[in-house]
Amino acid sequence: MTSKRTRQSEPEVVAGNGLLHRRALLGRGIALVGALGTGAGAALTSAAAEPMVDGPWSNEVGAVIPPYQVASRFEKNVVRTVDNPDNLPRNSRARTPHHLLNGIITPNGLHFTICHGGVPDIDPDKHRLVIHGLVKRPLVFTLDALARYPMVSRIGFVECGGNSAPLFSNIALQENVQALHGLASCSEWSGVLVSTLLDEAGIDPKAKWMICEGADSPRLHRSVPLTKGLDDAMIALYQNGERIQPGQGYPMRLWLPGYEGNMNVKYLRRIMLTEEPAMSIYESKTYSQILPNGKAYRFYFLQEVKSFISSPSHGMVLKEPGIHEITGVAYSGTGRITKVMVSADGGRSWAQAVLQDPVLPKAFTRFRIPWKWNGGPAVLQSRAWDEGGNAQPLRADFIAARGQTSRPPQVTGFPSQHYNSITSWAVGTNGEVKHVYA
Amino acid sequence: MCTHSLPMRQLILGATILTLAAGALAAETPNLGKAITPAEIAPWNITVMPDGTGLPNGSGTPAQGAAIYAQKCAACHGENGGGGMSARVIGGPPKASLDGGKTIPNFWPYATTLFDFIRRAMPYQAPGSLTGAEVYALTAYILAGNKLIGEAEVIDAQTLPKVKMPNADNFIIRFPERI
Repeated sequence: MTSKRTRQSEPEVVAGNGLLHRRALLGRGIALVGALGTGAGAALTSAAAEPMVDGPWSNEVGAVIPPYQVASRFEKNVVRTVDNPDNLPRNSRARTPHHLLNGIITPNGLHFTICHGGVPDIDPDKHRLVIHGLVKRPLVFTLDALARYPMVSRIGFVECGGNSAPLFSNIALQENVQALHGLASCSEWSGVLVSTLLDEAGIDPKAKWMICEGADSPRLHRSVPLTKGLDDAMIALYQNGERIQPGQGYPMRLWLPGYEGNMNVKYLRRIMLTEEPAMSIYESKTYSQILPNGKAYRFYFLQEVKSFISSPSHGMVLKEPGIHEITGVAYSGTGRITKVMVSADGGRSWAQAVLQDPVLPKAFTRFRIPWKWNGGPAVLQSRAWDEGGNAQPLRADFIAARGQTSRPPQVTGFPSQHYNSITSWAVGTNGEVKHVYA
Repeated sequence: MCTHSLPMRQLILGATILTLAAGALAAETPNLGKAITPAEIAPWNITVMPDGTGLPNGSGTPAQGAAIYAQKCAACHGENGGGGMSARVIGGPPKASLDGGKTIPNFWPYATTLFDFIRRAMPYQAPGSLTGAEVYALTAYILAGNKLIGEAEVIDAQTLPKVKMPNADNFIIRFPERI
């Protein structure tokens, strides 16, 4: 399928079904023709030019600048989906709309949230963090005290262990990227390293675990290996520059870069060092994954290398053939993303995508590749590799190892966790994009 | 200028490094945590470990638990523990699968987790409101309903960690090198 670059206007095709060289359009001044519709009904670029007119906003004074700016009223559809709007007595989740975002940072109000007893309303002046157990000096910290500590800022993702769980379904659920992959987000977190506080408390050499507990109504607690606590664990106070939001654990959360979201205990109030894990409900039951042989994994912890295409994706409509950008995010709890390959023919041939700078460890990495859609059927996939040498598993291999349901589950259900295999989007001749297995 | 013998120089060098290390450490640690005693932590120190560490005094029986269950739990978890808006706590399929059906008798590896979770998180609308004896009684009721203990058994800090859960040995540590 490879053709030589003979003319500037015909970029090099490097894989089946019209995938172009990842740098084919960079710096060449070629306008991206074709438009992605998300229901907004944007005008096509192919329309004949008309005389430019001033909008009313050009001829009148604008609004007063608000103290805290929110998105334009025209962006009111760019919101999370919430699955427990009436606060019934069960878990509540809000999912990130990846298909409406770009870049690697998730806006704070769109960061995914899961709460197991509603969002607590914590007075920061009354919140306390206790460190005790196998330490020489049990200590209690106020938020004011922690705010005086040397801090670090790091960009990284948080992903629920159950993100992408609908892809354990035996049949491809007709749901969009928000419903399938919306329980992962990426922020810049700023706070105090756990190791700093543990050093002050003085770690007893017998300690192997830290039991971390929140001040929310279920007093959610998880056992975290002390090795992780001393490696890169942070008590995060700030998210993308502002104090972390109530849904993220205000006034402080544990952040364990690359580890299962549930372990990143929000509303953190207690760290107890122990020799053994607590076997809390979330580690001994909820986040233990049933395997096809009837056994179950325990202490999965790591969010393994993964990627998905955010655009084009399920529910979008390609308005016309021509050049479109395929883009998405890749990430790994092991470290940096080293490569993302994209296919437009369901995995028969692959082309390497551009990794947008910055490429950071345990953070979203934005990938992009130009694609010339010829109007025919196509199946879009992405596959990522990380610096640990790990490849995102192919679906057949993944399902063989981890199993699938025997009947389609509810899209909000969690048949299992830690799905990191490939997502496929089929483009029909009518331009409609649908979730498929390929 | 150098008149020290070699051992003396080593001694001075060693002392200098020690001083530098201590100085650097002091500079990096604000030490703004206040000392706290076990008695002060006790109200928050609610973790129950699989070996029973953290279990309080008191005890409860299945019969006592049945009455509390009907009053405080059945609205969500169903009559006789059979499930409702919230998960069933008694009975269920013999095996869990990706189609669902993780239950206390077929999946939970430790009975202590039951006590720990009820005490810290239940009832959903009033967590933290149950006494230790009430939590023991509810734990006993659920364990007996699942035929994991006898109907007349007393659950307390000694008996609870000894309850054998059928699925306890059915787990594989995913990444042992990360622990």
